[in-house]
Amino acid sequence: MSLNDPGDTRTQGVKPPVTHVGILGWMKANLFNGALNSVLTIATLYLLWKVVPPLIRWAFIDSVWHTTGKACRHAAGACWSVVWENIRFILFGFYPYDSQWRPLVAMLLLFGLLFYSQNRKHWKKHLIYVWIGGLFVMGLLMKGGLFGLSSVESTKWSGLPLTLLLSIFGLTAAYPLGVVLALGRRSKMVLVKWLSVTYIEMIRGVPLISLLFMSAIIFPLFLPEGITINKILRAQVAIILFTAAYIAEVVRGGLQAMPRGQYEAAESMGLNYYLTMRLVILPQALKIVIPPTVSILISAFKDTSLVVIIALWDLLKTTQSVLANPEWMGFSAEAYIFIALLYFGGCFSMSSYSRKLERELSAGEQQ
Amino acid sequence: MKEEETKKMHDGQAENAMVEIIDMHKWFGEFHVLQGINLTVQKKERIVICGPSGSGKSTLIRCINRLEEHQKGRIIVDGIELTSNIKNIEKVRAEVGMVFQHFNLFPHLTIIDNLTLGPIWVRKVPKAEAEETAMFYLEKVHIAEQARKYPGQLSGGQQQRVAIARSLCMKPKLMLFDEPTSALDPEMIKEVLDVMIELAQEGMTMLVVTHEMGFAKSVAHRVLFMDYGRIVEANTPEEFFDNPQHDRTKLFLSQILH
Repeated sequence: MSLNDPGDTRTQGVKPPVTHVGILGWMKANLFNGALNSVLTIATLYLLWKVVPPLIRWAFIDSVWHTTGKACRHAAGACWSVVWENIRFILFGFYPYDSQWRPLVAMLLLFGLLFYSQNRKHWKKHLIYVWIGGLFVMGLLMKGGLFGLSSVESTKWSGLPLTLLLSIFGLTAAYPLGVVLALGRRSKMVLVKWLSVTYIEMIRGVPLISLLFMSAIIFPLFLPEGITINKILRAQVAIILFTAAYIAEVVRGGLQAMPRGQYEAAESMGLNYYLTMRLVILPQALKIVIPPTVSILISAFKDTSLVVIIALWDLLKTTQSVLANPEWMGFSAEAYIFIALLYFGGCFSMSSYSRKLERELSAGEQQ
Repeated sequence: MKEEETKKMHDGQAENAMVEIIDMHKWFGEFHVLQGINLTVQKKERIVICGPSGSGKSTLIRCINRLEEHQKGRIIVDGIELTSNIKNIEKVRAEVGMVFQHFNLFPHLTIIDNLTLGPIWVRKVPKAEAEETAMFYLEKVHIAEQARKYPGQLSGGQQQRVAIARSLCMKPKLMLFDEPTSALDPEMIKEVLDVMIELAQEGMTMLVVTHEMGFAKSVAHRVLFMDYGRIVEANTPEEFFDNPQHDRTKLFLSQILH
């Protein structure tokens, strides 16, 4: 029998043993791979069996969805009514009840814009105009006073729109500022370098809470009489300044990882400092630091909830005040699970988008 | 009076000089890496610089486009003296191409974008024209079919040829090569040297730091030997290889030619 003979049984019909393929093989490789792992697997399964069914029973089977607080007290499971009966206050706070469609439309517009921008094919000049237009419409919807929309004071902005306002603007403004600070810290100009280092170290040396207090209480003392700056704006600035310092340090790490040769190649063709950074160094350095940058952005997003301490009514505060209502007192688990899910949605989409972006940007670059 | 005269004479000399280096010194901290370099490179002249490692040959050519700053003496490139004036430095850099030992292509850009970056942003050439020029030079280095790939997808020899084409796209008056074949696998050295020889035949002014003595013999007008921060010997390739004057040159040649 020759080697080329198709009937050669040495190369045909031999399959791996059944214990190495399919579900059995997978279980053997991943769950029962050795004594310790087998014990851990069994322990975990036991724990899940103990926890998951009661949780499902509490959350779905025995739960109450549309009823009053009183009726809830007799229910065996979760009282989701606390969320559904108060959803408009949790989401929009003190925004005038009849006009709450306006922040809703503004938020939908924001989500639409974010969704449109996530596609890298749309990263062209027109995107800037789209955003400027979108922001103008959103501001108009929130503030009113034009085109027959009644004017709504920003002190009444609360709930989810406020949280989104603080985080989206906070993150988008902090990122470029952080990049500039990182470049400043590596600058050869002594004054620029010194200022950047001082700024970064001072901001990183204080907690966000103290910055927020300063913006709310101390800063207005320095303003001339009669001039007040919007409280939301002050908190917004504090968040931007704080986040920028952290982003600066992460970006500096990326800049330091760039090989000397990249600078030399760019400079040796006559590119000036600005073009070298913009075209050669930053596109590579910022890509390297996407994972730590996103960590910072995610934590900044969650940290916006700290504005409750300076009496801004963000999502967390509106939820708390619902729970302070005697009718709904005691259903904090349900309410907090609800806003936890909202926060999780935001954070998870940021991190999965960043992973997608990383994949796309490195496609083709490596072998 | 006297100064004026010497200046005039100097300008007269400079007529045909691409690079003039006059008593140039450089220190790295305490280390005196270049100790009084005098060198004039004529237009269309091709010079090969060799010497043991640490002799200052790379530093010398890196001073010519001010990737390194000299601390004493003068360097004049195509009529522009290199001082701390950044505008002048950028002008000189735009006229002087440089090829590095480690290629230094931009990994985040495709080959064609690597080539058009300088022309578009420094020379303000329209994109379409820049791409046309880029394709012309890519064909010249026999690599046009790779234009849409990224540097990481190319072999070392191909990357170095792209690097040469990238420099050529700027239409430089002078090309500096800093050990262009030292980081290459042996089978790729020839393809890069062939491109450099073609370039030489077209009359490019070239300063090449290399240990490829075959290349030196076939294209160089002059071979310089450097040691301890000085130009020890400068001669035509024939004289240099057949009749070296200094003991250090002889020793060096015996070591690299076996």
